[in-house]
Amino acid sequence: MSVTASSDLNVGVPAINWQSDDMKSRRKRRYAADRRLQAYGLVAIIFALGFLAILISSLVYTGNSAFTQSVATIEIDLSTADIDRTKLADADWRGVVRGALRAQLPGLSRSDERKYFEMFTSSGQFIVRDAVVADPSRLDGKSTFVIPLADPFDQLAKGQVNRDTPESQRRVTDQQIGMFDQLVGKGIISRPFNWALFFNADSRFPELAGLAGAISGSFWSLLVCFVISFPVGIAAAIYLEEFAPKNKLTDLIEVNINNLAAVPSVVFGLLGLAVFLGWFGMPRSAPIVGGLVLSLMTLPTLIIVTRVSLKSVPSSIREAALGVGASKHEAIFHHILPLAMPTIMTGAIISLARALGESAPLLLIGMNAFITSPPDGVFEASTALPTQIFMWADSPERGFVARTSAAILVLLGFLVLMNGIAIFLRQRFERRW
Amino acid sequence: MSGYLIAFLALAALSMAYLGNSRAKATHNGAAGKIHSRPIYHGLNVAIWTAVPAFVLLLVWLVFQSSIVNHLVLSGIPGSENLDASASSILMSEVRQVASGNLFKEPSPEVKAAADHFKSLQGIAAYLMAAAVAVAAAIGAFFGLKVIGSRYRARHSVELSVTLFMMFSSLLAILITLGIVFSLVFEAFHFFTKVPFTEFLFGLRWEPQIAMRADQVAGQGAFGVIPVLYGTFLISAIAMIVAVPTGILSAIFLTEYSHPRFRAVVKPLLEILAGVPTVVYGFFAVLTVAPAIRDLGIALGFEASPNSALAAGAVMGVMIIPFISSLSDDAFAAVPRAMREGSYALGATKGETIRKVLLPAALPGIVGGVLLALSRAVGETMIVVMAAGLIAKLTVNPLDAVTTVTVQIVTLLIGDAEFDNPKTLAAFALGLVLFIVTLILNLIALHTVRKYREKY
Repeated sequence: MSVTASSDLNVGVPAINWQSDDMKSRRKRRYAADRRLQAYGLVAIIFALGFLAILISSLVYTGNSAFTQSVATIEIDLSTADIDRTKLADADWRGVVRGALRAQLPGLSRSDERKYFEMFTSSGQFIVRDAVVADPSRLDGKSTFVIPLADPFDQLAKGQVNRDTPESQRRVTDQQIGMFDQLVGKGIISRPFNWALFFNADSRFPELAGLAGAISGSFWSLLVCFVISFPVGIAAAIYLEEFAPKNKLTDLIEVNINNLAAVPSVVFGLLGLAVFLGWFGMPRSAPIVGGLVLSLMTLPTLIIVTRVSLKSVPSSIREAALGVGASKHEAIFHHILPLAMPTIMTGAIISLARALGESAPLLLIGMNAFITSPPDGVFEASTALPTQIFMWADSPERGFVARTSAAILVLLGFLVLMNGIAIFLRQRFERRW
Repeated sequence: MSGYLIAFLALAALSMAYLGNSRAKATHNGAAGKIHSRPIYHGLNVAIWTAVPAFVLLLVWLVFQSSIVNHLVLSGIPGSENLDASASSILMSEVRQVASGNLFKEPSPEVKAAADHFKSLQGIAAYLMAAAVAVAAAIGAFFGLKVIGSRYRARHSVELSVTLFMMFSSLLAILITLGIVFSLVFEAFHFFTKVPFTEFLFGLRWEPQIAMRADQVAGQGAFGVIPVLYGTFLISAIAMIVAVPTGILSAIFLTEYSHPRFRAVVKPLLEILAGVPTVVYGFFAVLTVAPAIRDLGIALGFEASPNSALAAGAVMGVMIIPFISSLSDDAFAAVPRAMREGSYALGATKGETIRKVLLPAALPGIVGGVLLALSRAVGETMIVVMAAGLIAKLTVNPLDAVTTVTVQIVTLLIGDAEFDNPKTLAAFALGLVLFIVTLILNLIALHTVRKYREKY
């Protein structure tokens, strides 16, 4: 359309007065629409980040109390106790502990005494026994033992029990609160850092439950996952990127890998259950099966990441190597792969962090068993961090709510650490071409 | 045992590599003249010959050992020929329990004898395996060392081995898919021999627990998948209603309106939402969101279930926001500058450019991203396992509890898994449905995204 033609068409149209009120209000509307869109975007971001903030702060709020544990520090004179030194494990530790506790608040009636003993963890005898077995010299005189308070009294000590609520609606009686205050007055109740959370394995009692089993189970699973998926992933990526001919088969492999990366994780759990447990007869709940399933899951992502980082190495490097007489393998393994390695490592660590947080496939292969000792290897039954969180979240005891949040904070801590290492590697070693 | 053998193989490979290396060096300096490959390649070649065949033998042995031992033990028990598969597997697990010393009651003499037989066979198998692996390693090392010479092309041999390993690794992706498909189809096929296929596909009731009773005839409408699928799509729809507008709007703000420095801070923060493990979201949904929604419902006069679809869906939606946001981000970035600038030149405001030019142009990419996100929502497990209900219900009320495919898979398989009752097998049938649904969504989405990328 030529200029004259268009001006001919405009003949009947009156000239627009851009300064008229009509046009001014139209402009205003248009700018307002623009600002509205911008505001919507900002609201969306604030919504998402606000949710994140609420998520983290609610976890910190409920979880921080689990990082301390109320304990009673009690001195026991074992030299006067009647203990057969040749059979330490079979001595009457229960009587010893009860005697020592009785000495703190003497003169209670039998039924009052029962209420009094409820305040301490029911496994106090085993704690004392294990401490003595580990160090028999404690038998020779007075020594102090640390006995955790039972969960309701731990919460009382942390101020989570409202003393004004009617007695029938609390788990602690007025009388027990009185005894508790007496013990506090004597100065034997303290609230140190809860190392048991990291060094104890799982337990039915919140005051004794810890993450040691879950952490080592996760460690073994991730080790298996890394040992399998890292070499296999890199090898597959190198083949597809550098060697594979372009044909139907490699196209199929490529579509396959992209699709596998988006298959729901629970399906990998079904695969592990049917193949590794059902057909190969591998042990249930074992980190080796967990690691295998996780490695199948991380493999596609790892292949994709490795291919991208191989692609980013300029082809001049390859050509220079080939030019001075290197074979294709030498060019790749001596030059291209080392240059791509920082990016590959970053991707591998991030995929491992993903695998660490994954729980659905582990549930299906039974890594949610109740196991009270940390595993010593990849063939022993164990839990993993996320499945432990899932189990604790299902536990009815009040004390497990705080423990679950604390366990989540520990898991998030590991994830932050791993991602931090990945970011550090990227910034320190990555080359920009 | 196998752990020690692997350590032995690693050690043997290392020492053979050293031996091969030094022998190649000796040849190099000897009378025969220069050798073809550098000594290290000769060493590597010997190491590969030593360890790889022996390692493969070890793996194959481990795969077949238990079934062969089981077969031998079972054939030694009188009267076991007449047992069917599940009865003999129960018998076998009893034998294994007795053999490992877990006695709950005094075992019958046959079982005791079988347990002793089992133990002795296992011991023999372990020795045989160690011997076989050691012999394989020795033969490999012998031939590997024998071929070292000035004309031997060790580098080519090593490179061939590496290439074979790489080819196998990339074929593994296909093997994994085949493994998924076969295991799901195989177990689902067993399920469909007990429950009619049409009942499963068109049934309107999902009550898998009922079939556990011995007198219950499976397939009386208790395994209808429709309400479970419906619940999955209700929760996914809620998630998408939360995630799609939030994700796209935040992508618009971050790409078009925000200062680069704001973007550099906010984008990684948004990505954190995608990195938080799903079990954490599940716990948060149960602990905070569900009670909040319940209180809100009561305050407004609605009856809200404690595990409402809304709580699970909303939390899942937040999890997906960064996913949609970054995929839309890519889609916007792929729109050519010229289109944007043309729109500005005509006097359009930024908002008009975004709504009338950018969005339509980026739509295929965004749709692909949304489909990928939908597939993720359908397959998401932990949030719904913790926060959604267990009872399948056909309801449109988002405050009611519904169940999803993944919840049913996990609840059916948690605890003991015997592969012969319809309850366990139903989980595999559901898994097959889930796999097919997500596969279709993924393929469409990947196709759309790829095709769209080629366009510009």
